[in-house]
Amino acid sequence: MSLRTIVAAVVFSILAMFFVFTVFMLSFGAPKASQMDDYIIMNTQKETGTNSGVTTIVFDYRGFDTLGEATILFAAVSGVIMIFRRVKK
Amino acid sequence: MSEMSKIVRTISNIIFPFIMIFGLYVIAHGHLTPGGGFQGGAVAASACALLIVAYGSTWVFDRIKVSRLSVFESIGALGFIGVAFLGLIIGGIFFKNFLVGSDIIFGNIPQTLSTASDFNTAGVLPLMNFAVGVKVIAGLFVIVLVMAYASSAKEWKK
Amino acid sequence: MILNIPFIAVVAMIFIGLYAVLFKRNLVEMVIGITIIESGVNLFLITLGYRWFGEVGGVAPIFTSAPSDALENAPESMVLPVPQALTLTSIVIGVAVLALMLSLIMHIYKHYGTLDVRKIRRLKE
Repeated sequence: MSLRTIVAAVVFSILAMFFVFTVFMLSFGAPKASQMDDYIIMNTQKETGTNSGVTTIVFDYRGFDTLGEATILFAAVSGVIMIFRRVKK
Repeated sequence: MSEMSKIVRTISNIIFPFIMIFGLYVIAHGHLTPGGGFQGGAVAASACALLIVAYGSTWVFDRIKVSRLSVFESIGALGFIGVAFLGLIIGGIFFKNFLVGSDIIFGNIPQTLSTASDFNTAGVLPLMNFAVGVKVIAGLFVIVLVMAYASSAKEWKK
Repeated sequence: MILNIPFIAVVAMIFIGLYAVLFKRNLVEMVIGITIIESGVNLFLITLGYRWFGEVGGVAPIFTSAPSDALENAPESMVLPVPQALTLTSIVIGVAVLALMLSLIMHIYKHYGTLDVRKIRRLKE
């Protein structure tokens, strides 16, 4: 077996130990810190006037992240156009 | 890519408006039901990709110019930033929701912990939903069209 | 331990993706492996915010046509909404990176004529 296969197998086993140890320490269905989400659920209809909890987080409480995501979409589209500029029509 | 047979073209002519209306419905009701700008834009862009598959990328590329579709994408991005700057000018905070409680448009406030669903609520959010929806539709349509046309081109310019 | 099934699914998806990236010779199969890793990470973000409510599960945090016994005890019967909003951004970033990767693969194929990783190693041409 080549050196590449041996190194890949060792990396796999170390990562497997880390992941399995993490899975047994997490608890599914009981988040430890949920005070920010409780505040958002109780005060959404009074402050922003929406009925949906997810859309108001994307556009109102955390609108700055949506601005960065729109920039990433724009950069990807302009990169794809720029790569195929030399195609003969 | 070349076009497909007559049966495929006829069925895609019939079913294209239904997918488009469903995508616009998901964009417009983003503040009442699950959905919003990005999800509805992806549904409507898949309707446009259906046209590219049924009619062939050469036929579509000769009739729709890419430079005009980029204008639509820029309008969507400028609308999103313009609404945020209007919040800075009128309210004093960047991204402020300045239409909640006022009676120009979209101004009602629902009662706390009730299941009433009124379309006239939620301030500045439907305007932002429309801007992001137009941007995503134009962007995904351009990506699919350019890649489909370039995969069947014979040679490239030097 | 039997209730941690979503986390075991996340670990399985990341391992399958890592195997496809490390041990395959074709460029397109490596891109598929990267996409599988991204799907596993998005699933992990969503399952971090789930909440049990007695015996039944939690309800989506939307007030339009919500069931009446979930509306009465309001914050404890609804799922956390913040991880779902951040997963939306992550999915869009995955789409953008996938589009650029596939465009570069088409460019490489037009130039070299093959997609084998062991033959695309020359820097000067």
